[in-house]
Amino acid sequence: MIGIEHYLVVSSILFVLGVLGIFLNRKNVIIILMAIELILLSVNINFVAFSAFLGDLVGQVFAMFVLTVAAGEAAIGLAILVIYFRGRGTIAVDDVNRMKG
Amino acid sequence: MIQVIAFYLFATLCIFSGAVTILARNPVHSVLWLILAFFNAAGLMVLVGAEFIAMLLVIVYVGAVAVLFLFVVMMLDIDFAELRAGFIKNFPLGLALAVVLFVELFVGLVVHGAGGVQLGKASGAAAQAADMSNIQAIGALLYSKYLFLFEAAGLVLLVAMIGAIVLTHRERSGTRGQIIAKQNARRPQDATINMQPETGKGVQL
Repeated sequence: MIGIEHYLVVSSILFVLGVLGIFLNRKNVIIILMAIELILLSVNINFVAFSAFLGDLVGQVFAMFVLTVAAGEAAIGLAILVIYFRGRGTIAVDDVNRMKG
Repeated sequence: MIQVIAFYLFATLCIFSGAVTILARNPVHSVLWLILAFFNAAGLMVLVGAEFIAMLLVIVYVGAVAVLFLFVVMMLDIDFAELRAGFIKNFPLGLALAVVLFVELFVGLVVHGAGGVQLGKASGAAAQAADMSNIQAIGALLYSKYLFLFEAAGLVLLVAMIGAIVLTHRERSGTRGQIIAKQNARRPQDATINMQPETGKGVQL
């Protein structure tokens, strides 16, 4: 039988993959943003699994909110990426700390 | 039985495509694998009866976010080989951190399986009614008790939209934009003239 533990294992593996993605692709902001999306997806799986497990729909309402925030974050992040690229012609984030003002 | 097969199918594909997302050389491939991961996560959610969130995931992520990613990846002219330079260097540290994180989460799961901590039972106030579909029940909850959360979600999206437009908008020179005041000030008698030219003589403009 499939229990809550199975879902939690899947979501924790996805979460760890997201964190690993941030570490492995330290220079490539696009992949970092995708890794953040993976982390948020794993959180959503967790919310939905517990919502089904406890028979309480609030978890799914919260998952919707997380989804909204993730979409907004992706939009803003990519917008920042586009203006950063416009100014420098590269998206290597190593030298972002030199951004003044 | 079929649920078990479906679960393992979705779970394996989801984890595999998540792994390829962060390991792929080409970011375009990364985005496509991310789409597959989202689809399989939606499948996992359908399995527990959360159809609304699953469909939202497909529509919002695959329809909007992933396309946004694809658009940006393809629009920017980037040398991705150079960006992968630190990949090997960061691999041991990242892997160590990932292992630690996963072991921690796994220990939590094992403890949960062995009885866990009882924080209390769900009150059942927001339980799904038996005669309602998932979407109906979520709608009833969202438009009554969680109305302000719903409005806040809308506000977040509005701010994100305005922010993205403000960030990326720029005045470009050399374009012929619309000057609305000039358009409104223009009257028919300034713009048109009636004349009756003689035959064969043409019109001087």
